[in-house]
Amino acid sequence: MNAIAAVVQRDLRLALRRKSEVLTAVFFFVVVASLFPLAIGPEPDMLRKIAPGILWVGALLASLLSLGRLFAADYQDGTLEQMALSPTPLPLLVAAKVLAHWLLSGLPLALLSPVLALQFDLDGGTMWVLFASLLLGTALLSFLGAVGAALTLGVRGGEVLLSLLILPLYIPALVFGSGAVEAQMVGLGYGAQMSILSAMLLVAAFFGPWACALALRIALE
Amino acid sequence: MIWESWDAFWAMGGYGPYVWGSYGVVLLCIAIEITSARAAHGASVQSVRAVQEETDHDTTP
Amino acid sequence: MENFKIRWFQWAAPQSFYPLAGRLWPFFGVIAAVLALAALYLGFFVAPTDFQQGEGYRIIFVHVPASWMSMVIYLAMAFWAFLGFTFNTRLSGMMTQALAPTGAMFTFLSLWTGALWGKPMWGAWWVWDARLTSELILFFLYMGYIALTSAIDDPRRADRAGGLLALVGAVNVPIIYFSVKWWNTLHQGASVSVTKGSSMAQTMLWAMLLMALAFWAYSIAMALYRVRTIILVRERHTQWVQEVAA
Repeated sequence: MNAIAAVVQRDLRLALRRKSEVLTAVFFFVVVASLFPLAIGPEPDMLRKIAPGILWVGALLASLLSLGRLFAADYQDGTLEQMALSPTPLPLLVAAKVLAHWLLSGLPLALLSPVLALQFDLDGGTMWVLFASLLLGTALLSFLGAVGAALTLGVRGGEVLLSLLILPLYIPALVFGSGAVEAQMVGLGYGAQMSILSAMLLVAAFFGPWACALALRIALE
Repeated sequence: MIWESWDAFWAMGGYGPYVWGSYGVVLLCIAIEITSARAAHGASVQSVRAVQEETDHDTTP
Repeated sequence: MENFKIRWFQWAAPQSFYPLAGRLWPFFGVIAAVLALAALYLGFFVAPTDFQQGEGYRIIFVHVPASWMSMVIYLAMAFWAFLGFTFNTRLSGMMTQALAPTGAMFTFLSLWTGALWGKPMWGAWWVWDARLTSELILFFLYMGYIALTSAIDDPRRADRAGGLLALVGAVNVPIIYFSVKWWNTLHQGASVSVTKGSSMAQTMLWAMLLMALAFWAYSIAMALYRVRTIILVRERHTQWVQEVAA
């Protein structure tokens, strides 16, 4: 427990020294959400219909942007090796890092989403579901993305490669996350989608750090 | 035989371009795969021989 | 039990596997050719015209087998990756890498023939139905594997990273398929069915089956041929490889 808290604190402190990196992902989300109406047209009915998809894809891409940073700095200065050698199980430390990553990228995106939802004229109930789905969904994305980040550690062209690797794995999260919001919008009820999203998050939180630790050991050899 | 003539066979009841477009691309892809695999094998033999020449140069006085 | 284990593990050494693969691949190649010819004969000269779809349906004799192979090969890759992690054998990683290009090819063919089948049938080159969309995602998974293993210079790390990716992908494929199916039914998308409306005549089924077996034999032949290339390159500094190439 101490180790987890320590790792989370360290990552948060390091990230807050370079606030620009954190804010970049957030502003990316804002910009992308504004691009679609500019590209498609301002009709409120149409925008309302496509809003769940746009906002979810925007959050997904913004979250993807910040994944490259997850292990890179620690890999370069040798901290990662120390983590691998420490008595604390590596999956636990990985889970801590993923938690920190989510606090810095996923959580702000989820908090911002209701504001962006206003741009698409979504009603209150839908905004709540959007917020909740992004809260859980971005956590799921962080756990999945961490595996990709570990696999591409130190590899040439790693960032783009990471996107190619991870996006297929993101699709279930996207389908159920945006599906929940849409279901709420048409009045069908978000229960099923949110349950599945939560289940996927639990599974990813359990198995993801383990797979990620394995990938890190492969990268560190 | 179920075709009245060779022309009917190639025409495939109007679907000719689709059917032959499919089978043609299948054949093409297989041909490309085999060719590139053989080329890769040839290149690998060359690289093995290159190592041999290196060691020959290293050991010959 | 020890004898059994030793007999199997001896093939795990690249030096033993290389000549074995060399003897086997032509054998599978011939089988593939014979089966393919039989399938084509059945498909084009015996199978009757479909009541609903006319002659265009004959594309399924390559479309469905290609789809099947794209999934089977991915599973095979995951299997070899799993073996590689369990027994730490070098050959397992080489086999996974040898299988990937053929798998990607069949996925591409599945999508291409699917489009050419779809255009006359439903008027569009692409429909977002569950099977086709899942096939597209599978194509991305293959591309990701190939990109990752190409980008990593160290062969051992490439094998192991790729193997982990293949395993994670294989575990995710059912989840992806399920979520795509859900997404599709929710939005009442098109549902393409190979046998919708008409029941499959026996000959059609046989032609498809034979072609699938032909593709399977072809894949084995290609993988065995390709792994020999990989072995030569990886082990080129060893004595036995030098003797083989001389």
